[in-house]
Amino acid sequence: MQSNKLGWILLAPTLVILFFFGVLPFLYVVFVSFHQWNPFAASPEMIFNGAENFRRIVFDDAFLNSLGVTVMFVIFAVLSELVIGYLLAQAFMKEFPGKSIFRTIHTLPLIMAPIIVGSVWKLMTTPSIGIIPHYLDEWFGITMNIGTSAPAAFMTIVIMDIWHWTPLVTLTLIAALVSLPRDPFEQAQIDGANKAQTFWHITLPMITPALVATVFIRLMDALRTVDEVWMLTGGGPGSSTRFLGVHIFKEVFPKTNYGYGSTISVIVLYLTIVVCWLLYVSMLAPRKNRKG
Amino acid sequence: MKKRNPFLTTLFWVFISLLTLFPIYWLFVISVKPAVQLFSTPDLIVNNPFWGNYTEVLGNRLLRSYMINSLVISTGNAVLCTVLGFFTCYALSRFQFRGKESIFFWTITNRMAPPAVFLLPLFLLMTQVYRIGDFTLLDTRIGMILVYCTFNLPFAIWTLRPTIDAIPRELDEAAYVDGASPWKVITEIVFPLCRPGLAVTLILTWVFAWNEYLLAATLTNFEARTLTTGLSEYVTTTGTEWGIMASISVFTLIPALIVFGLVQKHIVAGLTFGAVKG
Repeated sequence: MQSNKLGWILLAPTLVILFFFGVLPFLYVVFVSFHQWNPFAASPEMIFNGAENFRRIVFDDAFLNSLGVTVMFVIFAVLSELVIGYLLAQAFMKEFPGKSIFRTIHTLPLIMAPIIVGSVWKLMTTPSIGIIPHYLDEWFGITMNIGTSAPAAFMTIVIMDIWHWTPLVTLTLIAALVSLPRDPFEQAQIDGANKAQTFWHITLPMITPALVATVFIRLMDALRTVDEVWMLTGGGPGSSTRFLGVHIFKEVFPKTNYGYGSTISVIVLYLTIVVCWLLYVSMLAPRKNRKG
Repeated sequence: MKKRNPFLTTLFWVFISLLTLFPIYWLFVISVKPAVQLFSTPDLIVNNPFWGNYTEVLGNRLLRSYMINSLVISTGNAVLCTVLGFFTCYALSRFQFRGKESIFFWTITNRMAPPAVFLLPLFLLMTQVYRIGDFTLLDTRIGMILVYCTFNLPFAIWTLRPTIDAIPRELDEAAYVDGASPWKVITEIVFPLCRPGLAVTLILTWVFAWNEYLLAATLTNFEARTLTTGLSEYVTTTGTEWGIMASISVFTLIPALIVFGLVQKHIVAGLTFGAVKG
């Protein structure tokens, strides 16, 4: 049998890099989160203020608001992506002319940089120059202004996110559907199960791990996104699109509250890890049962 | 089941494709418009394209060097992450040691960090701690290659794990019995078998590194500046030069499009995030 020493040698480079570029910066952020600090001021001293930042976060309406906005965003965007992604994945399971071309086209948004996606959607939706508000007005008489209307701004970001990330869901679900065994479906057909029953009792339980994994990846990115939203709305109007990532960015850069920004980051990171861990465990558990 | 009308199926996919392509098409439309026309009524079709933005971008020596930096950094980072991810997954898949699954989960937590607040610690560490004499990692290609590992290495590990887990252990063991060294087993038996998974990992990490903006904007200055940060140089106090930004964006899309097209058919098999092949 192979020695564990070799295992550790193979792991070492990864552990070293992640330690220097992941763990050490994180420890620094934790350290700063107990201080009041403006590194960009004339006198950039760190002032220790104990757990004051953590106390403040509980009563901070702006933080709680951004947490709420983020949760809303995750519900709207990720749920739509799962539904649309599943339907498209099912559609891609059939054979039809031009399938591979359509699949390639569908995947294109994935390769676009978030900063560019943000810019394009800004150009399409900005009042007076954007094509979407222009035609909404001309054809339906609807006024759309993402600069002043909170729902319009929020929905634009949700739609942008659906456009950008549904392909990832489609791809993971195609991977999951392809690997499903045929037998249970044939059995269900013999037993006379209808489409809804087949989906609910056979397909859904079998693709749950893939669904959970996709939610996991999307959730993780949704909680830390900055550039896309920053480019499109800058968090506004008001604080309607001020997601956690944007909130931290605003706290750190324009307001230069580095200490408090660090505290929010520590909390957000902690929340992300807890939620993802729960998802991960729920994803791993059925796998172990199957093996056992 | 009833037969579907092939015409309706095609119509459906054309509709979906138009929805998908429109923002990309619009990017192109903006890139071939002179600045003054941006504010007139938006037209769906460009009648006489204006190539000034492209000649401006192509003629710009600075942007050319940004493009080379982007290529070097994303390629270097993708290769590094794929190779290290492969070693890590091999270790996690073939060796038994305590805390193995915890290490696996811990790697992904590095990807969860909100980037805005980590910029400054990275900046300080790179300038003041990780240095040899006068050489610091700040504003160097090697520095950016290493920094991008924080979010790309975990991704590589999570996408490669199922691929390696799916390769039967008996293959390695047979080779050991025949007297092969561990290095030979890893590089000549397991590595070639993982090729589809490795290709997908390589491409996706490449695209993520190529597209990254926030870290590059803060941690590079001139020497290692990337193409996405070049975009922000056209947002000035006197206004945003959307046409030039759009044409740079088109330039950032082309290489990504090429590499992505190369592995299209492998992507589905590789993208399972450890979920499907249990």
